[in-house]
Amino acid sequence: MWKFSVRRTLIMIPQIFLLSILIFVLAQLMPGDALSGTVDPNVDPERLDEIREQMGWNDPWHEQYARWMGGVLQGDLGQSFRFKMPVTELIGQRIVNSFWLSVATLILTYLIAIPLGITSGRYSDTFRDQLITGYTYVGFATPLFIFALVMLWIFGFQLGWFPTSGSVEPGVEPGTFNYFMSKVYHLLLPALSMALITTYGTIQYLRNEIIDTKQKDFILTARAKGASESRVYNRHIFRNSLLPIAAFFGFEITNLIGGSIFIENIFGYPGMGQLLVESISLRDYTVLTAVTLIFGVASILGALLSDIILSIVDPRIRIK
Amino acid sequence: MAEKLLELNNLKTSFRIKDDYYAAVDEVSLTVNKNEILAIVGESGCGKSALAFSIMGLHTRAKIEGDILFKGNNLAKMSPSEINKIRGKDIGFIFQDPLTSLNPLMEIKDQIGETLLLHNKNMSKTQRYERVLDLLNKVGIPRAEHVMNQFPHELSGGMRQRVVIAMAIANKPELLIADEPTTALDVTIQSQILELINKLKNEMDSGIILITHDLGVVAEMADRVAVMYAGQIVEIADVKTLFENPLHPYTKSLLNSVPNANEEQDKLHVIQGIVPSLQNLPREGCRFADRIPWVDESEHDKHPELNEIEPGHHVRCSCYKHFSFPDESKEGQHVLS
Repeated sequence: MWKFSVRRTLIMIPQIFLLSILIFVLAQLMPGDALSGTVDPNVDPERLDEIREQMGWNDPWHEQYARWMGGVLQGDLGQSFRFKMPVTELIGQRIVNSFWLSVATLILTYLIAIPLGITSGRYSDTFRDQLITGYTYVGFATPLFIFALVMLWIFGFQLGWFPTSGSVEPGVEPGTFNYFMSKVYHLLLPALSMALITTYGTIQYLRNEIIDTKQKDFILTARAKGASESRVYNRHIFRNSLLPIAAFFGFEITNLIGGSIFIENIFGYPGMGQLLVESISLRDYTVLTAVTLIFGVASILGALLSDIILSIVDPRIRIK
Repeated sequence: MAEKLLELNNLKTSFRIKDDYYAAVDEVSLTVNKNEILAIVGESGCGKSALAFSIMGLHTRAKIEGDILFKGNNLAKMSPSEINKIRGKDIGFIFQDPLTSLNPLMEIKDQIGETLLLHNKNMSKTQRYERVLDLLNKVGIPRAEHVMNQFPHELSGGMRQRVVIAMAIANKPELLIADEPTTALDVTIQSQILELINKLKNEMDSGIILITHDLGVVAEMADRVAVMYAGQIVEIADVKTLFENPLHPYTKSLLNSVPNANEEQDKLHVIQGIVPSLQNLPREGCRFADRIPWVDESEHDKHPELNEIEPGHHVRCSCYKHFSFPDESKEGQHVLS
């Protein structure tokens, strides 16, 4: 197990390296820079060129990349042009917010998906199954940003059950129980909106996997041993069906990142997704590259995590 | 008189296709005695496995009619929880494909242990694992104390089949159903497995139903043989009679299509056509008639039944009386060159 995890972790290093080059080059390819459009138009263009030269923006890309990467490795993501503060400081609180939003969404996703997937798979082709499958089709077809707006309108504005923006009540003392509850309260609606929509993949996976496992020969073996129907399901079918769900976990994290960009903007939730959109429209390169890099690393970590989970639950993958 | 263990009376297993029921097993009546191997032979798709699954109640969507009397109790009328007490305890089942019939995520000791656990509530964990070790040794697995901690994918096919057998005999069942136990294995392992089954039969004094399409296996192992065709038994006799004096055209055709090493043959006998699918089964008349078209229709019974020709020798339909194979040098169409 440990050997496998270490090996798998080592593979990650070149992946992250390639990712960082890609992100950096793509950011360079974007039109305009931090000076275009944001400075006084009366400033002499030659003066702007001078500043660009000073900042090293005219150097070949690999030199700029080396400078940037050197900083990143020391934990320095650069200065935000827009907010005039270190990017690390800017990201600091937001990354925590986004992390908790993702955790809440994941928990809700699995809370919805596992019972529905099991019911749907076990009683396949019954009315219950059709109902659940119908829900997954609706989930699949509904764009997240529209659904989130509808949820916000109904539960946030019309019924007023949930706050409509922010991540915490203003003026609550950090560290107290009230602060924690206020955080959870602000999380719930965005997390639920996202979970309800993105859970369809997991439900479908689980359903198909259960239907598939149900017909495997070793299930007959279990029945022939005299195992009761519930034991056959709990001990044999369910566990074998969870394997692809574990494999799907990494993909789920990537999904969450994509989703959080919409969700955080709609719910005015100060997280990484919101920051990303802001930094793109403001040409805030340092923030943009930093946020994209963090998202990329999170996806790679997600894949690593699913591989490790898979190696725990599936003995065939363990490397001796 | 041998002690009757299992008695099937007019067993009929039908599956629903669209709005109709089609019988995969039809009018099957037979008995299995203690310390006896009854072989069931027939082509693929003739209902052998469907019959075995019916006895165990392993079909999930089938209509089962008739009686399955196991030591006088009718399995066909039992509730799932009642039949679960018998499955794995009094009746053991050896599956066809050892590569797929083990749970890939469970250690060997727990897979075999599960059979013990389900039927011996008072057994402690240590006792259970000791018994697993015993069983593994009994089925001839080397380094059993190591193997019991392994997962199925770490074992070879032959080893896995031994594990499947160990699982089936864990509770010393009185009846053992072996559904083509050697089909997935290579020839050297085959004979070892068959030897093992024979040895266990004598040790436990159990009755065995051996399902196979390998006539060599039948000749070697069985006491009595039932020949199945299209869901029905067409001939049943003790093994010596069946090989020396086969009567039904289907049995003759089967025996005829085994290549003989002693005779010089340049052509292999084959039976014309294939077993009809469930939906295309002739609902009346002799089901084998289509595959022996040179036999006149008047030779067949209208409603063929299993008749006792001599003590212990039953044959279905009367078409066997004047049956002979056509001259093969002329009839090229049912001979494969």
